[in-house]
Amino acid sequence: MATLAAVLATTHHPFYLKLTHLDPPEKRIPQAAEWKRKVEAYRETLTAANPDILVMIGADHFHQFFLDNYPQFAIGKAPRYDATYYNEIREFSLPTFVLDGHEELSQFMLEGLIDRGFDMAVSNELKLDHSIICPIITTRPDADLPVVPIYTNIFVPPLPTPQRFWDLGRAIREIIEEFPSDKRVAAIGSGHLSLELGGPRQFEEHGPDPEFDKRAIGWLAEGDIDGLLANVTRENLGTFGNATHGFLDLVTMFGIAGPIKADYVDDLDLFHTREAYITWYPNGVER
Amino acid sequence: MSKYYVDKFLYTTDRDPDLLERYKTEPAQYLDWWEQHLGRRLGDSDAETTSWLAFTEQERTALIAHDYVTLFELGAHFFLSLTIYIGIYNDDYEAVTGPLSFQREYRDKLMHWRGKTYPSVIC
Repeated sequence: MATLAAVLATTHHPFYLKLTHLDPPEKRIPQAAEWKRKVEAYRETLTAANPDILVMIGADHFHQFFLDNYPQFAIGKAPRYDATYYNEIREFSLPTFVLDGHEELSQFMLEGLIDRGFDMAVSNELKLDHSIICPIITTRPDADLPVVPIYTNIFVPPLPTPQRFWDLGRAIREIIEEFPSDKRVAAIGSGHLSLELGGPRQFEEHGPDPEFDKRAIGWLAEGDIDGLLANVTRENLGTFGNATHGFLDLVTMFGIAGPIKADYVDDLDLFHTREAYITWYPNGVER
Repeated sequence: MSKYYVDKFLYTTDRDPDLLERYKTEPAQYLDWWEQHLGRRLGDSDAETTSWLAFTEQERTALIAHDYVTLFELGAHFFLSLTIYIGIYNDDYEAVTGPLSFQREYRDKLMHWRGKTYPSVIC
């Protein structure tokens, strides 16, 4: 059976590449060097796991999915995935990619999730956006591994409950470990801590709710799912910042890892957001 | 009120740089054209259309004026609204008043909503 090699839960900051690499040094933000160091250290947590396949959890930001037909949970099953939309190049200077898919694991994952009560939407022509490309850039910039993309709804209320995002993670974990293969599978998901977009708390000196950010990192670091579920509801997430629902994708990653302490925890306070970089090795890792 | 139709306008316009440029430079004419074409289209073909969607006058006025404060208050989706108006205004603002100056102005114009429950984006 396949081995779950690592689980990574990371914030995605679409300006990372621009602010730390593309802008000339004299124009970079003061935290650029520290940010780059932290990201490269985080990247090592994936490299050390020696993965063969990446299961990637993210959310379509109204690129391919719209309100005429928006899935709660969706999975890609395709031999290849184009990535990066025109308005992401325009706004964030993100590069395009063509990632290989892993159709066999996608199909196994789709059937396994349906068997466990997750009636997934499926896409055979999925173009990925920055929720998946940002972690590719930060954790696997060579983009040399096949991916299985899984999208969740973090934008179109009513969303699934936090419990459901956790349960999705638990199901993904079981399915990876039942996959008849000798491959090493890493799961990488990206989302947010507190975040405001298009509202009166956006683009301030810190994220909109530093206290939430501290508690959120604590729940993930300590394996405290009970604390998380007691304090996070789909109703209250918006009070921490109107786009804080992206935290739910980190809850799914936590679900894949299970209620255990994280092996690697780092964060960085930036203008507009706090970044978090968390890795679990549920089966250990050789250092 | 049709939050969905407003969101459809923002979504379909921001996907295409040529349409975005038309919305930036001649918003009233573009909105008229959009209502006759993309607004009616179901999916990717002109062969299938939706007959009943329409803006209110308040929505039309706000869209023509690029009035993202009113759109926020009407419940337009915050992500679609922010993204399209960044696309229209960011470079012009950045050239004059520096990076993220448009985003800060956007925030400040919504400051009267701070601490309040925001309008629902549910269509």
